[in-house]
Amino acid sequence: MKRFLEMLGRRFMEFIRYAGGVSILMGQTLFWIPIPPLRRRQILEQMAKIGVDSLPIVFLISLFTGMVLALQSAYQMQRFSAEMYIASLVAFSMTRELGPVLTALIVAGRVGASITAELGTMKVTEQIDALETLATNPVKYLVTPRFIALLIMLPLLTIYSDVMGILGGYVIGVYKLNISHAMYMKNTWDPLRYKDLFTGLIKSFFFAVIVCIVACYEGMTAEGGAEGVGRSTTASVVVSFILIIASDCFFTALFYFVAK
Amino acid sequence: MIEIINLCKSFDGHKVLDHLNLNINTGETTVIIGRSGCGKSVLLKHIIGIMRPDAGQILIDGKDITRMDEKELHGLRMKFGMLFQGAALFDSLNVLENVGFGMIEHMNSSDEEIKKRVKECLALVGLKSIEEKKPAELSGGMRKRVGLARAICLRPQIMLYDEPTTGVDPIMGDAINDLIIELHNKLKVTSIAVTHDMTSAYKIADRIAMLYNGKIIAVGASDEIKNTKDPIVRQFITGAGKGPITEGIDFEHLI
Repeated sequence: MKRFLEMLGRRFMEFIRYAGGVSILMGQTLFWIPIPPLRRRQILEQMAKIGVDSLPIVFLISLFTGMVLALQSAYQMQRFSAEMYIASLVAFSMTRELGPVLTALIVAGRVGASITAELGTMKVTEQIDALETLATNPVKYLVTPRFIALLIMLPLLTIYSDVMGILGGYVIGVYKLNISHAMYMKNTWDPLRYKDLFTGLIKSFFFAVIVCIVACYEGMTAEGGAEGVGRSTTASVVVSFILIIASDCFFTALFYFVAK
Repeated sequence: MIEIINLCKSFDGHKVLDHLNLNINTGETTVIIGRSGCGKSVLLKHIIGIMRPDAGQILIDGKDITRMDEKELHGLRMKFGMLFQGAALFDSLNVLENVGFGMIEHMNSSDEEIKKRVKECLALVGLKSIEEKKPAELSGGMRKRVGLARAICLRPQIMLYDEPTTGVDPIMGDAINDLIIELHNKLKVTSIAVTHDMTSAYKIADRIAMLYNGKIIAVGASDEIKNTKDPIVRQFITGAGKGPITEGIDFEHLI
């Protein structure tokens, strides 16, 4: 019993330390953003790495998800002769839920892991210490460009994912289930409100914060050579995934009750 | 002058620096020797303000850097140059951007001025025509020299060397020792080096200090340390397997 309580206490302290470290990094990042220089070149480089390079994978996963969503719902809806509602189901699911969450998970796995590995390697090879000796703040130099780039690119990728998911649903709806082009488009756009798109974008904005801060924190606290960097990279992806899903649940509930 | 007064630092309850006291005179090269993991690099990182002590003071020209805020520390660091054990070159930047990093970040210098200064610094460490290369394309010795060029680019008043000869072959190690002496003579800087390479220590040091159990246990000129009667220092400088440092440690399981 005593050992169990000790373990519980230790885990709780670790959690508090982690939450504190992440909050401090978040505060420092917000503090350094308005302080010049803006580092436009680095932000653009990161935007290309985070956003442009993620386009193919986001395209594939969103398109297939849209197709699967249409097929799975067709299986149920055909029983009620309600196939024409597949279009709105795909559109709602993609914009409100799957677009933001899937994109955030892809970016956490692809970009978050690479940020942690890069910063972690810099940490264990003393490059972050070297930045400080050269009178350069590591948060300003390393974290803020990635933070701004993610904040811009993740919502844009989410819109791209929404469109690709709807396209996937369209391909199945029109070419497999023989819904007419006009009917599919009407049932996609008519029930959609700006609110649906914005709730998804608000989520993606917060997901961007989660992915960036967790990835940078794990990277900047990596210890113990290559093994430590590997451990931090795994932790970065796992923690980001958990926080994305948990905050998605929170925001979905919030929007549900606010909309009510 | 750098004065280190009662400096303490612990990691997870393990005391690494324990009321450490040391004075470093301006213009001198002081070498801090000690076993691997005894806290030499930690001490160096305290002197440049990357680490904060648990207690104690570090006075640089009378100003306590342990109480400085981030902005003051940044100003102070412009006076320092540091060579890291593994050179710590930025992988994503080429040699020109690495060496000129301080100028690019902190001075409104033109590209031409930066290129000129980088070329000068590289020439000082015996390198040329490698400005466009990435650190991954360089050998260990070249990386150390590029690291040295980066450290001197902002014309520092204090140079810190963390294990300058570790990881390079003995000939390159000696060339780096010669470079440190040459830079010291040319730039008239105060130098602090930490090492466990006694050949290097005897060659570059005006004074040698030995760090043991978190404290400086001996300070003196190279000859004084070489001829010391202190059994701990003697064991370390002669590299003897048996003695007070290894008392109670059983190496048999390693054989």
